[in-house]
Amino acid sequence: MAGKHEHTHGHDHDHDHDHGHSHGHGHDHDHQHGHSHGHDNDHGHGHSHAAHDHDHDHGHAHPHPHPHAHTAREFQPDEKIHSYYQILGLALKELLLEKKIFTSQELRKAIEARDTITPALGAKIVARAWTDTAFKARLLRDANAACKELGIDVGPTHLVAVENTDTVHNVVVCTLCSCYPRAVLGLPPSWYKSREYRARIVSEPRSVLKEFGTVLPEYMEVRVHDSTADMRYLVLPARPKGTEGMSEDALAALVNRDSMIGVSLADSSAKS
Amino acid sequence: MNVIFQPGQRVRVRDDYPPGHIRTPFYIRGKVGHVTRVFGEFENPERLGMGLPGMPKKTLYEVRFRQADVWPNYNGPVHDTVDVDIYQHWLEKA
Repeated sequence: MAGKHEHTHGHDHDHDHDHGHSHGHGHDHDHQHGHSHGHDNDHGHGHSHAAHDHDHDHGHAHPHPHPHAHTAREFQPDEKIHSYYQILGLALKELLLEKKIFTSQELRKAIEARDTITPALGAKIVARAWTDTAFKARLLRDANAACKELGIDVGPTHLVAVENTDTVHNVVVCTLCSCYPRAVLGLPPSWYKSREYRARIVSEPRSVLKEFGTVLPEYMEVRVHDSTADMRYLVLPARPKGTEGMSEDALAALVNRDSMIGVSLADSSAKS
Repeated sequence: MNVIFQPGQRVRVRDDYPPGHIRTPFYIRGKVGHVTRVFGEFENPERLGMGLPGMPKKTLYEVRFRQADVWPNYNGPVHDTVDVDIYQHWLEKA
């Protein structure tokens, strides 16, 4: 069960979640560190499917054998399995609400605010760096300050931008859990949090990159960043050739999420 | 700020396996690399992880390792690297 796999070091220390709120969406089953389901209070009365894998992205139901027939009017609860840490998170959330540390409305707003962050924010930073070399220099020196110039407040995150060049390709992982530059990319994809990615990208990065369709020449240095501590890494992908003269907005459209994690390159097909 | 290693300096990660919330990955313990950046001082996660105050703060470094030095059977070129963020008390002179 995915909810447990982040806990290889045994603590519920939520160092990547600045707000500590729970999250109420179906695609968050695989969240680590005691994230709970903020909106749905259906636990405790659903039937569970013990072998069901909840580690998918978007809460879509996929076919699996049902042990019993449903009648037309039977209430169909969401299928959820709560891990030990998810139950702990739910209990904590309920206590915080009961003690009026924050309100349900504040919690809802915090979740909504987090969900507004998408990789488009990171792409905006990248496109500016591609078109303004002075900005790029500032970004590489102090990413938090550079983001502020663009009106992006990364909060308590310590953001570090690493630049892909003709000779160096950067790729990011957190082998200990799933640290990710959420402040500029939003929620990480589920594969980023998988044990397979975390173990393999650090030990056989070129094989993993190849599986993502990214084949790099031998002469390049593949540089893996294991974000084991307080810093969060944003890859500044190389600007594709043939994009000279494109507007910043058009360039931003070439910057895909995976290129800012480092498993892919920015799209070279120019859109306008 | 308590900084005892400088960029360029060779360092060895302590080959030590204490219990608790340790943010130095197993695969890098005992390995030798070089400091590439000094990030500053941060609260000690080993204390925070126990629910204790994170003081005194620990200096955090970015340390670069050659993959060939980390993985005996590394299947890429010798210039491939891995950067790991490591707190000062996990590093020693190499």
